Amino acid sequence: MKSTDNQVTNMPTPKKLSRRTLLGGAATAAVAVVQTSFAKAVQIGISGTSFPADDPTKRPGVPPGERGTRSLFEKAAKKPSDISSRTPLQDLYGMLTPSDLHFERHHNGVPAIDPAKHELLIHGMVEKPMVFNLADLKRFPSVSRIAFLECSGNFRTGKETLSPQDICGLTSQSEWTGVKLSTLFREVGVRPVATWFLAEGGDAAVMTRSIPIRKGWDDAIIAYAQNGEALRPEQGYPVRLFLPGWEGNTNVKWLRRLELSDQPYMTREETSKYTEPIKDTERGPGKFRQFSFDIDARSIITFPAYPNPVQPGWIEIRGLAWSGRGKVSRVDVSTDAGKSWHSATLQDPILDKAHTAFRYLWQWKGDETEIMSRVTDETGYIQPTIGQLLEARGPDMGGYHLNPITAWQIKRDGRVLHRPETWK
Amino acid sequence: MKKSRYGACLVGAFLLLTLDSGYRANGQERSAIGRVDTLPWPASFGLGRPATQAEIALLDIDIRPDGKGLPAGSGTATAGKAIFTLKCAACHGTDGGGGPGGTLVTSGAASGKRAEKTIGNYWPYATTVFDYIRRAMPFNQPGSLTNEEVYNLTAFLLNASHIINDKAVINAQTLPKVVMPAKNLFLPDDRRGGPEIR
Repeated sequence: MKSTDNQVTNMPTPKKLSRRTLLGGAATAAVAVVQTSFAKAVQIGISGTSFPADDPTKRPGVPPGERGTRSLFEKAAKKPSDISSRTPLQDLYGMLTPSDLHFERHHNGVPAIDPAKHELLIHGMVEKPMVFNLADLKRFPSVSRIAFLECSGNFRTGKETLSPQDICGLTSQSEWTGVKLSTLFREVGVRPVATWFLAEGGDAAVMTRSIPIRKGWDDAIIAYAQNGEALRPEQGYPVRLFLPGWEGNTNVKWLRRLELSDQPYMTREETSKYTEPIKDTERGPGKFRQFSFDIDARSIITFPAYPNPVQPGWIEIRGLAWSGRGKVSRVDVSTDAGKSWHSATLQDPILDKAHTAFRYLWQWKGDETEIMSRVTDETGYIQPTIGQLLEARGPDMGGYHLNPITAWQIKRDGRVLHRPETWK
Repeated sequence: MKKSRYGACLVGAFLLLTLDSGYRANGQERSAIGRVDTLPWPASFGLGRPATQAEIALLDIDIRPDGKGLPAGSGTATAGKAIFTLKCAACHGTDGGGGPGGTLVTSGAASGKRAEKTIGNYWPYATTVFDYIRRAMPFNQPGSLTNEEVYNLTAFLLNASHIINDKAVINAQTLPKVVMPAKNLFLPDDRRGGPEIR
């Protein structure tokens, strides 16, 4: 990011430089400090074009600040396209995605919403149609849950120079906090005849999805917070629907309305989009699967992975595994192109419908090989190969709900390349 | 200091035990303890406010396949073509034949190639066309079309897709009756969970 220079330029002109800044002097151009009207020096960002080459133990550091900053040496960034932005899985550690690196997918941009003016309307087949503002929602009994969120169109392949971010960067994980939808259902008195509800966003696409009511009673959350703070605008500020384990599109952001109904609405996103071919059915060939909500189990090795090369010696193979149908039971890793498999260590906590970190220690002796991971979830589902998916879904299988075992080629010179999959 | 904290812990533990035995005394299952925080909930938290019919009407813009939600007004393909040329063709091509915003009308697939997914071959309900145009189009001015314009555009796209004739009038009564070629293409998720790969 070049924004470091801009940050300095865009700052309000300091009325008076603090003693610390002066002490730091020109050599610490990376430090920016302003003085408030209360004559209190505050750090407004650690920025600048260069860090001092000299000894940081020999000069005072930056004073305490109002918001943390990322070290200038860290370059992890999302990778945006016109319609989405992908999480840099290969640059992250552990199970949580920093909020500002959470993937984005939206259908007509990120809206700017004033939370003071935002309300959630719940109506339709209810006893009491109600409107809740943000303060109302925050006063209800709350719930927090760590869970992944994955776009169902999250598999890319076709060339060797793809990173985990390129291949499946449309998955991220946060701790989501909000009110259980069941709590609100109870409050408005959902009628027993209601079997579906429509969720509508307040963005420029006014996006809608129909959701079976059982998910609403089961574990749906009307989330207003992510990783300890308010939702990010890209994730639905000020309030979103969060459906653990279900395809990203159903987790409607910028939520403004829920309508209870006894049938689905057949919106554009659940008919002409987010539907995928089925190989053969009792009703003949050429059919398409609709309302395919659950994310099947998947894993990927995020280290070693393109674009980062490796050196011979001990390598801790690291990755993420998850399932929209429950907990991860085990992850197996192969370092010989799938001939043999070894059980990886799972990092606690292993949560329901959550990214789970795995590790496997491997000694690479410098020979060319392929490494890959394969997850098994608690329902007994074993992550398939692309060939198994093709066999199950037929050659016309679309781009939705693809969760194949993903292999990395390790070249003799230490380069790590994606092994492209082809099926068309 | 330490002692008093310890004391507080003891009191807390005692309360838990009391709650526990209380529920059992009431003849409830042990599993009721898992719902201990919901049991004392009031019938209502008294939060939020009742929605008025007027504000519901303002926001309730969805259209169901049975036509529920369709507004007054009507449209024809001829009137729709003029609006389409003016407001939609830049992104979807002349007559919806394709552009940066995608193809809406199939002109017939090239031999050996799969047909592009369009309204005529992949949209199971005509009501979705109205609903989606009204809520989200045009992309650069979403929500700017009148109901009459949306009816006209819907009629134009259905006619261009050879689903209705060019004299057909599309309104709240006729639109839900339009049978789309893709009506029977879709099945609910056939994956059943468990070990099976589908």
